[in-house]
Amino acid sequence: MVTFTDGLVWTLITIGQILLVLLPVLISLAFLIWMDRKVWAGVQMRKGPNIVGPFGLLQTFADFGKFLLKEFTIPSSADKAVFVIAPLVSTMLALGAWAVIPFAPGWVVADVNVGILYLFAVSSLGVYGIIMGGWASNSKYPFLGALRSAAQMVSYEVSLGFVIITVILLAGSTNLSEIVMKQDGGFWNWNFLGGGLKNLPLALVMAPMSMIFFISFLAETNRPPFDLPEAESELVAGYQVEYSSTGFLLFMLAEYSSIVLMCGLISILFFGGWHPPFPMEWASSWPSWVLNLFYVFVFAVKIVIGFFMVAMVKAIVPRYRYDQLMRLGWKVFLPLSLVAVAVVAIWVVYTGGAA
Amino acid sequence: MVQTIAFYVMAAATLGAALAVVSAKNPVHSVLFLITAFFSSAGLFVLLGAEFLAMLLVVVYVGAVAVLFLFVVMMLDVDFAALRGEFARYLPLGGFIALILAIEMALIAASVATKGAAAANKLPSASGDAPSNIEAIGAVLYTDYAYFFQAAGMVLLVAMIGAIVLTLRHKSHVRRQNIGDQIARTPEAGMEVVQIKPGAGVEL
Repeated sequence: MVTFTDGLVWTLITIGQILLVLLPVLISLAFLIWMDRKVWAGVQMRKGPNIVGPFGLLQTFADFGKFLLKEFTIPSSADKAVFVIAPLVSTMLALGAWAVIPFAPGWVVADVNVGILYLFAVSSLGVYGIIMGGWASNSKYPFLGALRSAAQMVSYEVSLGFVIITVILLAGSTNLSEIVMKQDGGFWNWNFLGGGLKNLPLALVMAPMSMIFFISFLAETNRPPFDLPEAESELVAGYQVEYSSTGFLLFMLAEYSSIVLMCGLISILFFGGWHPPFPMEWASSWPSWVLNLFYVFVFAVKIVIGFFMVAMVKAIVPRYRYDQLMRLGWKVFLPLSLVAVAVVAIWVVYTGGAA
Repeated sequence: MVQTIAFYVMAAATLGAALAVVSAKNPVHSVLFLITAFFSSAGLFVLLGAEFLAMLLVVVYVGAVAVLFLFVVMMLDVDFAALRGEFARYLPLGGFIALILAIEMALIAASVATKGAAAANKLPSASGDAPSNIEAIGAVLYTDYAYFFQAAGMVLLVAMIGAIVLTLRHKSHVRRQNIGDQIARTPEAGMEVVQIKPGAGVEL
């Protein structure tokens, strides 16, 4: 008998779980932004933020306070409702995507069967925050940024989708937890090596696919070298020119949150998710929560490594020109990933590799 | 209980957004409301247990099709006053189409309620015995409806090729970047080291 109180209890528990995921994510986001700036500074032989707190660790919190205390200006000719909603849409989508990320066996807010499609859907919705913000500002630079962003994100979603399909074919499931569990027992079972020693020839396909996924998600999240929507040398700051204080903060938050999410997703899809690169049989006598905490730690390390790569790319690679960006997406990544889907599908059918 | 609340919230959101699509004065707002309607009907699909369809609706319609709508509508410079002036001119035609659609919907509702023609065909259940949505849909799509599925694919392919043929023009005066050529270029091909004697020029 399901009563109203059951629903209430379920709702409260879920809200608790959401807070348990989002608070650590948001706090670690602050330090990841600091790390981004430090890496960037290191490559350019600067010191980076080093004044606020030890090693400048609290710099992001200082910036946060500054953003909150400034005035939120709305341009007089802006479409006010859309202008205010746009950053909210961005942030809600970027944070909502964390619902299906599995941090350890069973430690996931919503263990849905179509988890990976949910992530794909939410990341494809992310473009709306940017388009709405750019259009509602009623100004030329933001509008150009929004248009670029729309074209760019739609283009790279296609190859992103095909790469995801190769992983789905290998794992035989769209549930993120199951995809991770299939990669148990050492790095040779991770999907970027084909997921298991009997699939080792597939490493020739899956290792490049993981790189295509990495590059595509850089384009999808508007990170350098694909940050054309906010190319500061051409468009001032693109779609966020007219945003100040909290609106800018929310856009920034959404951008970094989806980057970190994509780092988590690439480790789930290709690099074993919460599994360390060695078999874990020797730890089977541990209490499950200790083991799970260890798994969360491993997952966090993988996210940080992924984020380090993203920060290095920002520091090293020059920005793409717009036609080069489109060429890379449509003429290089799309055919490659399409061929990869066919190869993986044939392999799975003729070797029973997914079982 | 929670599901009932969720249903009414999302159904109200779908209907309200759909109404706002036709009543909004600004076409960009119309498209944004259309996206809201798509999104909340995806929520209704989830309540029905058809998660896969819900995600496809969001990925395909909201994530791709509606983005292009928005793209086009934002770039159009629409004269709202002129649009409203033509409202009366298109009222008879629009009213006629609306009437036909209303009659069709009433007929379908009546035939479902009286278990008419549609009742004989059993709908494949979204959350039936099959372990997941995707397997259930795949099992129907690639067996019973394989030819229709292939035909739909051919239609899309023809439409895609048609769009490319109609819009692709090679302009002879535009210089295009050939990345293969650029990468294959060697220092020998692009550069010449010349020893210049003092007082003498260089032949170029």
